[in-house]
Amino acid sequence: MSFLDLKNVTKIYPNGTKAVHETSLSINEGEFMVFVGPSGCGKSTLLRMVAGLEDITEGDINLDGQLMNEVDPSERDVAMVFQNYALYPHMNVYNNLAYGLKNRGIDKETIEQKVNDAAKLLQISDFLQRKPSMLSGGQRQRVAMGRAIVRNPKIFLFDEPLSNLDAKLRIQMRLEIKKLQQKVGVTSIFVTHDQVEAMTLADRLAVINDGIIEQLGTPIEIYNNPKSLFVAGFIGSPQMNFLDANLNNKTLSAENFEIKNIDSDYNGEVTLGIRPEHLIESENGLINLNVELVEQLGSDNLVYGQIKNIKDFCYRSPGNQTIKKGDTLSLNIEENKYYIFDKSTGKRVN
Amino acid sequence: MKIKPLQIVAHIILIIGVLLMVLPIWISFASSTHENVSILTEGMRFTLGDQFSRNYNEVLNEKGGWSEEVTAAKMFINSFIMALGIATLKVAISAMSAYALVYYRFKLAVPIFWLIFITLLVPLEVRIFPSYKIVSDLGLTNSYTGLILPLVASATATFFFRQFYKTIPDELLESAKLDGANAWSFFIDFLVPLSKTMIAAMFIFMFVYGYSQYLWPLIMTTAEEYWTVVMGMKIIYTESYEGVALPRTAERFAYIILSMIPPVLVVVFLQKWFIKGLIQTEK
Repeated sequence: MSFLDLKNVTKIYPNGTKAVHETSLSINEGEFMVFVGPSGCGKSTLLRMVAGLEDITEGDINLDGQLMNEVDPSERDVAMVFQNYALYPHMNVYNNLAYGLKNRGIDKETIEQKVNDAAKLLQISDFLQRKPSMLSGGQRQRVAMGRAIVRNPKIFLFDEPLSNLDAKLRIQMRLEIKKLQQKVGVTSIFVTHDQVEAMTLADRLAVINDGIIEQLGTPIEIYNNPKSLFVAGFIGSPQMNFLDANLNNKTLSAENFEIKNIDSDYNGEVTLGIRPEHLIESENGLINLNVELVEQLGSDNLVYGQIKNIKDFCYRSPGNQTIKKGDTLSLNIEENKYYIFDKSTGKRVN
Repeated sequence: MKIKPLQIVAHIILIIGVLLMVLPIWISFASSTHENVSILTEGMRFTLGDQFSRNYNEVLNEKGGWSEEVTAAKMFINSFIMALGIATLKVAISAMSAYALVYYRFKLAVPIFWLIFITLLVPLEVRIFPSYKIVSDLGLTNSYTGLILPLVASATATFFFRQFYKTIPDELLESAKLDGANAWSFFIDFLVPLSKTMIAAMFIFMFVYGYSQYLWPLIMTTAEEYWTVVMGMKIIYTESYEGVALPRTAERFAYIILSMIPPVLVVVFLQKWFIKGLIQTEK
C-alpha cells in the first residue's frame, strides 16, 4: 500500500452537487503530486477531503496505513498552506509557527529549536517578532510554509498558494517550494489552476475535470501523450491548436490538407490537435497560415493567423525570424507530433 | 492655510455642542462647592465656592437611609460590583453565544439568533414583574446575584459579536484546526484576542448600562446595604424635605458629580481600545 491512498472517493454536497466522482489515487512517500484543473473542477475539494476539512461522502482515504475518514483534522498530522495563507493576524511570526507545536504539548525549548530551524531554512529569522500585517506577500508565503514545515507533518497540502503573488514573485516562490520540498522530502499535494506551475512543480500530475481525474502521469508524459481533448487543451502554453477533421481508412482529411497512414482504426469525425511548437516552416507545407498577429517574446515568436475558416491558429517560431502581419507561412507538422481525438467523446484515438 | 467659511460654521456647531454637553456638568460641580444657603438664595452657580471639602466629606461619610446605616461610599461599591458583574458576564455570555451561533452549524442557528434579537424589544421594564417573581422565588432578593443575574443576557452584544465573527475568514478556523486547536482553544486563542477591541467597547457600553440601572435595584433591594448610587440619588437626602432644615442641594450636586466618576474612569482606561473597536478591526 502506498503512502496516501484514495479509494473511490466521492463528494456530494448537501445541495446535490457532485464535486468529486469516485476518484482513486495513490501517492508515494516523498512524492510531489499536483492537482491541476480549471476552477470548480473539484481539485480543492479533493485536497480538503485529504485534510479533513470536508466530509467524505463515499470511499476511503488512507494515510500511512491508517483510515482517515473519521479522523479529526487536528489528529491527521497534515499541514496546509492556504491561498490567502490564513496567518494568525494577532500573533507574531514566532507564535504563528509555534502554535501548532504548543497544541501538541511540546516543551518550550524544543519548540524554540524547531521554530528557529524552520525560520532559518525559510530565511525568515529576522521577522520572527513581527506581525503578519507587517510582512510582504512573499514573506507571508514563507511564514505560511514555515508553519507547515515546523510541525514535520506526514503530508503537505498546498491550496493555490501562489495565486496571490505578482508574476515575478510567483516564479521565484515556485522554485523555492520545489527546492524546499526536495530538501525536506515531505509528501506533498499542490493544487493549482496554472498549468505552468503544475508542470514545473510536479513529480506526478493529476489533470482533473468535472470531478474526475482525466489523466495521471509525469508532466512530460502528459504533455507528450495527452489522453483526451481536455488534457491536450489544458496542458501546454500556448494552447494546442484544434482543427475539425475526418478520419477514414487511416487517412485524415482536414479542410485543406490530408495526412495518410495514421496509426488508428477509428473512423469518423475527429478533432486534430497540433501544438504550436510542433510546427516547422517548410516549402510546400501542409498548412498555409495567413499571419494576423505576432507576439515577440524575444526567445521565440508566437504567430497567430488564419487557415481558411479557422481563426487564431498559433505557431511558435524561433525568435530570430522576422515575420510580419500579412505574410503567408507554409508549415509542416513534425513527424507524428499530432493528436487525434474522437470528436464526440474527446478520447484520444491515435 | 485659509479657513473656509464652512469650517467656521462647523466649528461653531461643534462648540455649541460641547457647551451643551459640558455646561450642566460644570454647573453641577460649581454648585457643589457652595453652601446650601447661597444656592437657595442665588440659584445655581457658574463659579467655584469654598465648601468643596466640607460638602464632599459629608456626602461620602454621612449615614443615610431610613435606618441611617448606608453611606454613599457603600452605594458606590454596590453599583460598581453590579456594573462590573453585568458588564463582564454580558460580554462573556454574548461572545460565547455568538461563537455558537456562527461556528456551530446547527439547524436552528438562524431562528435562535432572531429569537435572541427580538428580546431587544422586551426590555427589563416590560418583564420586570415576572423577573422579580423568578428572582424572589429563587431567594435572590437583596443579593448581588439577584441584582446582576437577570440582566446578563444581551441581544445587542450577541449581535455585534456575531457580525464580527462572521467577518473572520473560514481559513483561519481551518488552519487552526489543522494546527490542533479544539473548539475551546479556537475561541480563547483566536476569537478573544481578535475581538479584544470589540470586547472593550462592549464592556464600556454594558458597564454604563449596569451602572445606571434604576428600576431593577429599586424593586430588588429592601435592605439598604444593597442600595445603588442611582437609587440613592433619589432616596438618600429626602429626609431634608420633612424637617425644617434647608434642602441640601449642594450635597446632591456633590453626590451627582461623585456618581459620574466610576463610568468616566472605565471609559478613560478603555478608550484607546474602545476607539479602535469602533473604527477598525485588526485583521
